[in-house]
Amino acid sequence: MMLLIVLSGFLFSALTRPIGSIFKQALPWVFTALPVLLFIYFCSQIGVVSSGDSLTWTYKWVPSLGLDLVFELNGLSLLFALLITGIGSLVFFYSTYYLKGHAYMDRFYGYLSMFMASMLGVVLSDNLLALFIFWELTSISSFFLIGFNNEDPKSRKSALTALSITGLGGLVLLGGIILLSSIGGTYSFSELLSQRNSILSSSSYCWILVFVFIGSFTKSAQFPFHFWLPGAMKAPTPVSTYLHSATMVKAGIFLLAKMTPLLGGTPAWNHTLMIVGGITMVYAAIHSLFRVDLKGILAYSTISALGILVFLIGVGTEKALLAVGIFILTHALYKAALFLITGIIDYQTGSRDVSQLKGLQHVMKPVAIAGFIAALSSAGFPLFLGFLSKEIMYEATFKYAEIGILLTAAIVLTKIFLLVAGFWAGISPFTGELPENLKATKKPSPILWVPPLLLGVGSVLFGVFPALIEQSLIQPVFANISGLDTSIYLALWHGFNTVLLLSILTLIIGTAIYFQWKPSEGKFARTLRFEKISPQTLLEGFAVGFHTFAGVWTRAVQNGYLRNYVLSILAFLTVIMGYRFYEGVSIYLDWNQLSEITPSEVIVVTLMVISIIFAIVSTSRTASIVALGVVGFANCLFFLFYSAPDLAMTQFSIDTLTVLLFMLVLFKLPKNKIFSSKRIRIRDAVLSVLFGLLIAILTLEVFEEPSVTDISKYYADNAYLLAKGRNVVNVILVDYRGMDTLVETTVLIIAAIGVFSLIKLNLNPSKEQ
Amino acid sequence: MSNPYIILPIVFHMAAAVILMFCWFQPRVQKLLSILFSLIGLGISVWLFRLVWHEGFQVTQAGNWDAPFGISFIADTLGSTLGLLSSISLLAVSIFSTVSMREERIKFGYFPTLHFLIMGLQGAFLTADIFNLYVWFEVVIISSFVLLTLGGKKTQLEGALKYVSLNLLASTFFLIGIALVYGLTGSLNLADVAIKIGAVENRGLVNMTAGLFLVAFGIKSALFPMYFWLPASYHTPPAAISAIFAGLLTKVGVYAMVRMFTMVFIGDTFMSITLSGLAALTIISGGLGAIRQQHLGKIFGYLIICHIGFLFAGLGIFTELALVGTIFYLIHDIVVKTNLFIVAGLMNKLTGSPFIKEQGGLYAKYPLLSLLFAIPLFSLVGIPPLSGFWAKVYLIQASFETREFLLVGSIIFGSFLTLWVIAKVWSESFWKDKPEASSSGKPWSTFSTKEKWGILVPIMFLSIVSLYIGLAAENIISLASRIAAELMDPSAYINSILGMK
Repeated sequence: MMLLIVLSGFLFSALTRPIGSIFKQALPWVFTALPVLLFIYFCSQIGVVSSGDSLTWTYKWVPSLGLDLVFELNGLSLLFALLITGIGSLVFFYSTYYLKGHAYMDRFYGYLSMFMASMLGVVLSDNLLALFIFWELTSISSFFLIGFNNEDPKSRKSALTALSITGLGGLVLLGGIILLSSIGGTYSFSELLSQRNSILSSSSYCWILVFVFIGSFTKSAQFPFHFWLPGAMKAPTPVSTYLHSATMVKAGIFLLAKMTPLLGGTPAWNHTLMIVGGITMVYAAIHSLFRVDLKGILAYSTISALGILVFLIGVGTEKALLAVGIFILTHALYKAALFLITGIIDYQTGSRDVSQLKGLQHVMKPVAIAGFIAALSSAGFPLFLGFLSKEIMYEATFKYAEIGILLTAAIVLTKIFLLVAGFWAGISPFTGELPENLKATKKPSPILWVPPLLLGVGSVLFGVFPALIEQSLIQPVFANISGLDTSIYLALWHGFNTVLLLSILTLIIGTAIYFQWKPSEGKFARTLRFEKISPQTLLEGFAVGFHTFAGVWTRAVQNGYLRNYVLSILAFLTVIMGYRFYEGVSIYLDWNQLSEITPSEVIVVTLMVISIIFAIVSTSRTASIVALGVVGFANCLFFLFYSAPDLAMTQFSIDTLTVLLFMLVLFKLPKNKIFSSKRIRIRDAVLSVLFGLLIAILTLEVFEEPSVTDISKYYADNAYLLAKGRNVVNVILVDYRGMDTLVETTVLIIAAIGVFSLIKLNLNPSKEQ
Repeated sequence: MSNPYIILPIVFHMAAAVILMFCWFQPRVQKLLSILFSLIGLGISVWLFRLVWHEGFQVTQAGNWDAPFGISFIADTLGSTLGLLSSISLLAVSIFSTVSMREERIKFGYFPTLHFLIMGLQGAFLTADIFNLYVWFEVVIISSFVLLTLGGKKTQLEGALKYVSLNLLASTFFLIGIALVYGLTGSLNLADVAIKIGAVENRGLVNMTAGLFLVAFGIKSALFPMYFWLPASYHTPPAAISAIFAGLLTKVGVYAMVRMFTMVFIGDTFMSITLSGLAALTIISGGLGAIRQQHLGKIFGYLIICHIGFLFAGLGIFTELALVGTIFYLIHDIVVKTNLFIVAGLMNKLTGSPFIKEQGGLYAKYPLLSLLFAIPLFSLVGIPPLSGFWAKVYLIQASFETREFLLVGSIIFGSFLTLWVIAKVWSESFWKDKPEASSSGKPWSTFSTKEKWGILVPIMFLSIVSLYIGLAAENIISLASRIAAELMDPSAYINSILGMK
């Protein structure tokens, strides 16, 4: 059942093509039905999960790797599944109008449902390896969706950046998961939980943290990896809503929340998350004030909100973890609404410039209402869901031991800026006087404005009646994240205390700033001065530097000269063999075993040495070749001395032929010149001598080894008896090892084909004319 | 079990090549026959693979001379698996060649040489004799050299010169190495050598000899710093030839390395460290090369190097787990690389340029084809659950267990570079609009039906195999595990050859 639910998205996306060609018009509606049905299903499970049970489904997949598809529906995964399918339904529905008539509508829905399925896979998987698989699939679907408008170079670049960062993060996460499993012996999260102590005390704990953090931070756009998210806004607005605000970017948060009971609770965990989350939330909140593009504002406020979540997980107290659960829901509701509203404004007016948009409430009342609700919820006005989460957040930080004041200050500051950003996105475009150029704006279709309004209804409903979600949704989430059974309690009125004071202060200061501070191109331009030291510039600079280094490296290695290649290989072999030689070869020479040196041998060796030297120093190619021929003949003499006349004959004929052939070819070439400098020649000489020496020593020592002669003896003994041949060498060639000869003959045939084609076939274009 | 028919893959392809030579001037007949022979060859490989899988190793002694006196052939799980994969590659390339290869080339012995090449590979995978292995390598080198130069284009010859020079250098080292092994043990039979080399007291000599083999096979399998010939030559011949090279040539080097370093030169820590280090450098160096290239063939060529590093990582770690990773990756890599080069050839034709800068618009024009191309591209990246993913899990896990963090880093980094490069190719060739100035390609609609099928069938065939490897990973893992176990404990291999119970 669950398998079908998760995989249905993949199935749909695979069927895009056939469905698309059969009912082109109905396609968006068919696809929209999917998340709606899934949403209804997950809603029906709320009752079961809130009673404290969790549902599991197990499917074998790759058991030898310990990879089973185990889907577990518990509090945390249910909350996410509801967001994924719920907001998914709205986005799918909204897009039917938003992308009406788009040529690649079918593709769009294909990717979108693939994404939804992957995301469900991430939140439902108990097996960490399976989680990773779905995790990567979300990155890939995000890549395709960001690059959906693929004619635009900026779209392509953003898609590539986003994939690079989340992809690298994903691979690092894979490292973390594998490390985790190699300590715990399993990929199953629920089994790993029981081994928490051994994991915490393991020496690799630190590395696991680093890997998991990098994975989460890249996915959830934490500082300094945040910059892919504003770039990802190149995607169509429904995609930004769905992936880059409500669901995918929360996968990192989800992972951290899921891991809290396993890896959390240590100083390393808490402090890192607090610091990274803290920096991200403040940094991004400040940034959001300087943007004029509505989507830019929303992107940075999303990063900031993700920062808050990481920060809260880092704080890690009961209150903080409770706040995490509520804020995930709150944020998804209001931010998705704001994105959808931005999409409507963009669609109807063709502009997203917040300094130009005014008074739109006169032309799109329902959108304005949704915008007001979302902005107020984001600000945390009482009776909105945002108020609840803000209260709990403040409470959590305020009560945090020594540095509580500092943490509270940071979060209050962030909240103030976010309030301003939220107002800009949700209120500013609708208030004031409608400018002339926007008078002609048409009323948006209900398909567009119903989804954000529905989200607004959620924000208000849960804000006024927190009891609706308290036990049913938030309690199990809290239980999952904290691993505690404590009962939670959500209330509108916490009594008159410092937290309430702070809350009111936030609203007053924020609203004041909203009225005083107007974002403009000028202010945005001023921030660009700091762009030089922004993480994006630094990381991109690093990437450029790396790319340059890659070029230098590749050109140095692959320099195009065959002689350098041969030199490198020989040098490498010499180093390897030299080291092994140095490492320990027992040098041993038994002079008695060597046969006596005869005068003829001395003469031949002298001859060889002289001709080698001659071959090297001679400036004439012909002379060198002849000298080499002499070396060959000298070799023949040795064969002759040691009673191998047939070998000598063979060698003799080969050498003669080689010299002749060489002469024929070289005859046509110009006079030999020396191109190499003296230094290079000395280098080459040293290398050759060293290499030759090593091979010589090796050969000599191998002969010193007591030789095993079973086989040669067998050959000699049986050549006549069994193989019916008098000449042992012949018998070896055609019988004992006849296969070698057969194959070598084949080599000759192939070579003949090659020579034939080399001479006769010439497909060079110039020659054809 | 003794079974003389195991050399059928070798003999059959030899016969095929000879028959094809008799049809020298009849390209049409050659095309048909080559496909037919490739099909039969695949059938034989499947038969052999199933036989080995169900009934264990099959051995035969050439000329009926008892081992170690003659030449032994053995079909073990690794050898028969690789033989099967070669046959799969051959079938795809042979079909692709019928429509992509110019008639002139066919009239100059393209098909016979192709079958000779496969014969050489099958021989290398089946022989249990070091010198015989050398001879099969000769066949592989000479036939690949002929295929490389076939057509005599200037770039081809330049690439081929580097290719053949460096590979002959490798062969020389290999031959010296064989002589030394023979000097040390008095035998050439792999099983016999494996036993006797343990008795050599002067270990330094064995170690130095191992160094020779490392470099000999290192050159052939394109290991850093010995891979120079690969980027110099792989992009020069026609796509079909590049495809069969990409799938199989370097892999036979890897195979030889795996054999020698799991049977003969074992228990050598220095060599393990060297192999691990080289693997890491190969991954990184190949990745660095790939991100700098514009030529599609060169991009994929550098990626081959990068992934050769993955294969050697497992050999360097040398635990059973790591070898499972190496073998799985090997199986995946042969199929996907063959496919990639065929795809690259088609992309080149459709857009009229091999440079990704000048390509573009494939996605808008050919959405379905693009989707098909995406299968090998993303399998290569190892987007889970496609085929490239599974082996990495094993390799990373094995590196962690042996605390080789350098390898973990390089594998992750190499995967990332691959991901980046493929995403870049996707963005440039598929997403981007085709630049105005660049030469126009040959639109798909102008291909004849025969051509369309001749191109699509091999791509689809290999893609289906890739998908199978990825989605039915369980089966491949059980195969890879069995091979890894056999490699870790070669006694069964040795006993079968030497006829001991």
